[in-house]
Amino acid sequence: HLAASLPLPSERDHLRPRIDLVVFMIDIKSKYSLKNVETSLAHVDASFFLGKVCFLVTGVGRVNACSIETNAICKLGKAYCSPVLFCELELEGIRVATAQRLLRMLQICAGHIPGVSALSFVSLMRNSDDD
Amino acid sequence: MDENVAEYIRRTVLKIPRDEIKMMLQKWGFLSEAQLQTLNFYQIKDNISQEVVHLCEENSADIKQAAVLDIIYNHIYQDKRIWSVYQMKKSGEELEYFDITDFKKKFKRRIRSALKNVTITFKEYKDNAIWIRVAWGTPQKKPNQYKPTYVVYHSQTPYVFISASVLKSNMPLLCQALIVASNYHDIREMELRSHSLNSLKDIVFKRYSQNFQTYTTKPLQGGNVEPENADIRIVQENRSEKERIYRVNQEVFGSGPQPKLEFAQYRLETMFKSDPKMDVLDKKEPFRCLVKFSSPHLLESLKSLAPAGMADAPLSPLLTCIPHKARNYFKIREKKGLFPESFVSP
Repeated sequence: HLAASLPLPSERDHLRPRIDLVVFMIDIKSKYSLKNVETSLAHVDASFFLGKVCFLVTGVGRVNACSIETNAICKLGKAYCSPVLFCELELEGIRVATAQRLLRMLQICAGHIPGVSALSFVSLMRNSDDD
Repeated sequence: MDENVAEYIRRTVLKIPRDEIKMMLQKWGFLSEAQLQTLNFYQIKDNISQEVVHLCEENSADIKQAAVLDIIYNHIYQDKRIWSVYQMKKSGEELEYFDITDFKKKFKRRIRSALKNVTITFKEYKDNAIWIRVAWGTPQKKPNQYKPTYVVYHSQTPYVFISASVLKSNMPLLCQALIVASNYHDIREMELRSHSLNSLKDIVFKRYSQNFQTYTTKPLQGGNVEPENADIRIVQENRSEKERIYRVNQEVFGSGPQPKLEFAQYRLETMFKSDPKMDVLDKKEPFRCLVKFSSPHLLESLKSLAPAGMADAPLSPLLTCIPHKARNYFKIREKKGLFPESFVSP
């Protein structure tokens, strides 16, 4: 399901299946994109932040057009305990690889992989520096 | 043949891209077909231009013919220049029959009565456009052929398109000559400038597709707004909002291609509105500021802002009024009175 922002329109509530993973896409070329994601985060239930939320930063290939500091995004990821992925949609190889990563994450979040749950992402996020 | 004319022809030919030279010389018609056959268009341009000058010498070309070649080049490469639009006003409602010979005679006479050293050349095109090229001199100096002014006039309309040379001091004389020759009594410069002459014509002649207000309260149940959404596994959550944006955008911009403008400029003479506690220029004097939007195709990019999610729909009327008001230079001043909002000066 693709949405431009949260909250989702209520008229489609009855048509929506269970949500297993929320990917927030941030276009590194647009400050508006980051702002939009920050406002939308407020509408996500706290239980999602146990591994079912991920940030996807796009447009990183165009180094000259970056409007957002990667620092700011990493801080966001830390604050919400969610992984941050970087990709460049204009390159087919990276696009396909990113899609495969997201699909793998989704399988885990939906419970399709025995022995691994979404909570694993949270523990994998911890840096050795943090301790 | 005058060596200045020879040099001018040589430089004009050098401007033309190599594979277009033959076509332009044929359009010019000054050299015979037999002479054109003797030219080798596969050598370097330097040599081609030398050969062309040589042939022109055989035919004793003068500045008049050279000027025609220049008009032909500028007619094909009209988008290299910046064009301004001028509007003429008639005193009465009389419909006078337009006589091209009379127009040319009056125009030349008016200019020559003030300035002897000028080169004036006319060329008529099929779409009723009269192209006028004027090279200006001074009482002491011969006309500068390298900085001419070009004027495009459609005789059935009150509009004149001028691409001025840097010698702006000749503009009043040019304007006078135009109104005298075309039997109007006044001329004023519109706040409309662009590289694309055709787009300027589209705007003032109202040839672009205009929106018509539709008063349906319910959005029309049309077909799929985004034809590329072929994969049924992708669900668009904000479909109704996307459709609203698309519909509003279509209403404002129309569904056809937009005229091509490269910039819009807004000169603000409004008061700086800040928190009164901050005491920053608060309502003491106008905050002068210039806002300029530039783009290879400004109106198309404005049209795509809302669908791309970069702006809210509908866009500010200051941006969307550009084709209707036929202007892309605005002065915005404070509106004094009931509503403390800024308004656009006429």
